[in-house]
Amino acid sequence: MRYSAPTTVDEALATLTAEPNARVFAGATDLIPQLRSGRPEPALIVDLKRIDRLRGVTLTDATWTIGAATPTSHLTRNAGFAADFPGLTEAAGLIGSDQIQNRSSLGGNLCNASPAADSVPALIANDARVVVASASGERVVRVDGITIGPGATSLAPGEFIIEFQLDRPAASTSDAYLRMIPRTEMDIAVVGAAARITTDGGLCTGATIVLGAVAPIATRVNDAETALVGSTFTDDALAAVAAAASAACDPIDDKRGTIAYRRQVAGVLARRAVALARMRSTASSNESSQT
Amino acid sequence: MTATDQTATKQTATEQTTTEQTAAAAYKWVGTRPVRPDGVDKVTGKAQFGADRVLPGMLEGVVARSPHAHARIVSIDTTAAAAMPGVHAVITGADFPDLSDSGASADDVSRSRNVMARDKVLYVGHVVAAVAAQTRRQARAAADAIVVEYDVLDHVLTLDQATADGAPLLHPEMVARGIDPEDARPNTASRVAHERGDLDVGFANADVIIERSFTTQAVHQGYIEPHAAVADVTRDGRAELWCSSQGHFAIRSMSTTVLGWELSDVKVTPAEIGGGFGGKTTIYLEPLSLLLSQRSGRPVRMVMDRNEVFTASGPTSGSNIRVKLGATAAGALTAADIMLEYEAGAFPGSPVGAAAMTAIACYDVPNFSVVGFDVVLNRPKTAAYRAPGAPAAAFAVESVLDEVARELSIDPIDLRLMNAAVEGTQASYGPTFPRIGFVETLEAIRHCDHYQSPLGPNQGRGIGCGFWFNVGGNSTATVNVHEDGRLTVMTGSPDIGGSRSSMALFAAEELGIDVNTIQSIIGDTDTIGFADVTGGSRVTLSTGAAVIEACREMREDLCRRAALMWDVDRDLVEWVDGRAQHVDRTETPLSLADVAAKAGRTGGPISVTAAMNMRGAGAGFSTQVVDVEIDPETGQTSVVRFTTAQDAGTAIHPSYVEGQMQGGVVQGIGWALNETYTYREDGSLDNDSFLDYRVPVASDLPMIDTIIVEVPNPAHPYGVRGVGEVGIVPTMGAVANAIHDAIGHRLCDLPMSPMRILDAINQGNG
Amino acid sequence: MTRTHVQCNVNGDEVDFLTDPAESLLNALRDQLGLLGVKEGCGTGDCGACSIMLDDAVTCACLVFAAEAERSTIVTIEGLADADKLHPLQQCFLEGAALQCGVCTPGFLIAAKALLDRNPDPTETEVRYALAGNLCRCTGYDKIIRSVLAAAEEMRNDHGVSL
Repeated sequence: MRYSAPTTVDEALATLTAEPNARVFAGATDLIPQLRSGRPEPALIVDLKRIDRLRGVTLTDATWTIGAATPTSHLTRNAGFAADFPGLTEAAGLIGSDQIQNRSSLGGNLCNASPAADSVPALIANDARVVVASASGERVVRVDGITIGPGATSLAPGEFIIEFQLDRPAASTSDAYLRMIPRTEMDIAVVGAAARITTDGGLCTGATIVLGAVAPIATRVNDAETALVGSTFTDDALAAVAAAASAACDPIDDKRGTIAYRRQVAGVLARRAVALARMRSTASSNESSQT
Repeated sequence: MTATDQTATKQTATEQTTTEQTAAAAYKWVGTRPVRPDGVDKVTGKAQFGADRVLPGMLEGVVARSPHAHARIVSIDTTAAAAMPGVHAVITGADFPDLSDSGASADDVSRSRNVMARDKVLYVGHVVAAVAAQTRRQARAAADAIVVEYDVLDHVLTLDQATADGAPLLHPEMVARGIDPEDARPNTASRVAHERGDLDVGFANADVIIERSFTTQAVHQGYIEPHAAVADVTRDGRAELWCSSQGHFAIRSMSTTVLGWELSDVKVTPAEIGGGFGGKTTIYLEPLSLLLSQRSGRPVRMVMDRNEVFTASGPTSGSNIRVKLGATAAGALTAADIMLEYEAGAFPGSPVGAAAMTAIACYDVPNFSVVGFDVVLNRPKTAAYRAPGAPAAAFAVESVLDEVARELSIDPIDLRLMNAAVEGTQASYGPTFPRIGFVETLEAIRHCDHYQSPLGPNQGRGIGCGFWFNVGGNSTATVNVHEDGRLTVMTGSPDIGGSRSSMALFAAEELGIDVNTIQSIIGDTDTIGFADVTGGSRVTLSTGAAVIEACREMREDLCRRAALMWDVDRDLVEWVDGRAQHVDRTETPLSLADVAAKAGRTGGPISVTAAMNMRGAGAGFSTQVVDVEIDPETGQTSVVRFTTAQDAGTAIHPSYVEGQMQGGVVQGIGWALNETYTYREDGSLDNDSFLDYRVPVASDLPMIDTIIVEVPNPAHPYGVRGVGEVGIVPTMGAVANAIHDAIGHRLCDLPMSPMRILDAINQGNG
Repeated sequence: MTRTHVQCNVNGDEVDFLTDPAESLLNALRDQLGLLGVKEGCGTGDCGACSIMLDDAVTCACLVFAAEAERSTIVTIEGLADADKLHPLQQCFLEGAALQCGVCTPGFLIAAKALLDRNPDPTETEVRYALAGNLCRCTGYDKIIRSVLAAAEEMRNDHGVSL
């Protein structure tokens, strides 16, 4: 196995073209355990962290750009980003310990394509896009178009993600992400639920609800969104959210959780995430009105 | 005896304690909290653990393991592996003597076959070969190239599978002990029983009878340091072994037995041990590294990966337990009928014997039957884990006691006080208790602020109690006075919890010198006399007693030497505050340095060794109270407050007594809530990492408040009772009782995971 | 086997070594640079025993390829104390009996240092979460948490004096 650390996107693309049996990485927090557990070694590992474009958190006009290899700790310590996306910030901050946080990245979390990836439901809920580097040129893809199954992405061989783009939330809009793990840290999500809510007074005018760890890929719960939009977050509406979330699950039984448990708790967490995002959207609308 | 009489007795006992504690307070050094002798090396990264030994020319050894849970080995071909780059030696079962014809004990035969499979593999991860090569990667590649042909057999992974009619047998030749052959179920290695009185009469006298069945799962000690060994065999047949273990003498004996080598040809040096909890009292890599070193003529280091630790070292048993208790309306226990079935792993030897002895040892029950079964199955051989056998049994008994208390509307501490074993009670396992401190731990919890405080919403409170015998055993201590008058205390007991500090404290107390000037070390097998393993909470008690005896002999020797120096009668010299003084104050007192400076003229070097087999380990008791908060919609449990009271006899270094108590409790919390081995149907372990084998992390826990109760052990010069183990015994029962209090449902199966709790809540909601 | 040449600064020393690209930084630190205070507990980033500071960020050395360390600055447990004086965290761990077997201690000290570097006045809860990536099986964490809080206070006070 060889190691390469290109410093530009073009250099990385050329390296990947020259060696098809290559694997890109940023933090290696998934790659090293995989190699250790006996997965075949690629001929080449390509470290993307030394490419400037892949590192950094910047706000330009109304769009946040996050380099795909930026450590998630840089994201969670960015007060401006955290204020715009408290839920996504929480989700990114849940990817492992402080030690992991200094290595893990949104790009890695997405491309490892675990059904339980914490940041992915929150990215999807916030309509995040990625810029994909390809020998044929860059293209922009919605995050929900990347993961196609456990461990599988829509990226072609030799492609990688350069950066994430997120439009600043509209007024009175905020998000939340909650997950269930048996401990308080250091676990893989048994269920994850992200919600982005827009309110107008007491009325729900927009809702995106996405579940993680309950299906092969992150799952958007359209029925829950429909039940919520136009409602005033009544108990009935929230119960409908929970029921729709449970119904949208297509989970597996494994060492981390049973099908029945995942279904039931998906409903609970979806409802709670909606309530939390709603509270935050109201708070953000208060702040806006004060400024 | 009426309840009132009992209370009166206990009141006396409590007063007695106060007197005894006053005596303890008279110590100058014992009971203080000096920095531990090994502390600076451990905070600066200098301490050498098992994997930290590096020798010139050292090879790296790895193990090839069975992918099958149960299979006959048809053939092993190591030709390709041996020819691979960097490979210096390959060994298989054919390289080990067959102990079954040698008159070796059954345990030795089992150990021999556990460290290296012969005709059969009995669990996934069972060793089939080992390789030494220049690098670990080369060794791993060669191990993967070893070709083993297996004839795969049906396997059994659970107690129910193992004992079912027609189950595949791990050891067809095995004869069950303690059972008529026709009554023995498959794979049952032995039956133990403790019985007294008449169960029928006992239950007939009961106003309330409660019976429940429980299951617990295999859990691992979870020490952070993986097993490691470095061996260096010289061409004259002498060998050095450097490894982290709880007993280097035991490692020497077991390794040489398995290899058929002369015991005293091998010198074992104890590395710092990165946690053991019972799991490092046996051999895994040690004989393999010795043999690889002999075959290669080079030093060989072997270190387990974490997944190997989980897969193939010894966890503790899972169990099936049935408990039936009867009590009068007033709360007196009348009968206890207890059945324990424990997983031994691939070879006989679960701790079910200790479980049967301890199950109701906290209580004075007139009629009882405790029966235990040791069952083999296709999982790794279990090893000791902190009070082996006792915690699962206590979980079951304390859970049923809690139900009895609820049924009778008696406070759970009162119920336990009414039935508590006290001095003079004949223990359920036979002997009569001398002075013990169980009642004092109950009273300590009853009166603590925690027990008196209110609970919040979704919270529940539980009480649990536990007993552990503690053991004594063989220890050696050597005390040397250096030319400058300072002291080195050497023992043969590996320090897993701060015992070097305790040894130094004893010496400081006995000789009246500053504890911080004393070196406290552990000698290798060639340097110090024999010691049993560090286990059974025995070191502060037994090795401490050896240190105390050596120091007392030395004090006598120092007085004799001072008398010579002054040319006076020995009787005119006394040892006071670290100095020899004339009883009439007519001579200038002599410090240790003064006496040491003239040692050549008073009989030569000043050195005393004491070796003994200590009897009279004081029994240990613990009572705990825990508050949990349950999320009723997810079943998640938060431990919000915990207080543990434990009888330490006398706390020699209170910080490390507290540390043992806190560590035991937190292991118990993990066992109660999340820790479990989960197997795939093919017999492979599904959660062989710290990611999915969920030991508690710092954010899962509150502070663990401790109350050290001191009821001195009458058999020890300082009143010491072992403190290492009993702290884990009550915890799972206490947590189960707290969960019951919070959600109104009894969980009888460990771990009490969020899934199980939510299931219970769902069922309760109809 | 193609080996990669790596130059970096470890505990203030400019060092270099050759590594197999598949090797972890943990193995390079231990086997090539002799920094045996960096411990392996799991090799998968789940226990924190191999925690180091890599370019001022606490990291599990087992989850870093040695080749990634090129031009980096690394602090291990061996670099925590001054030549003649222990770091306050080390002193507080000793006095607070925050270690038993001691194998997790180097990782805890590094992770605690990382916490106090960015948050000199953490709450108990913040300490618990910041150290959640470090497993200790001996102590139940109680004395570790107390010792970190004590060290934080001491460092704040010392800092106050020097101002």
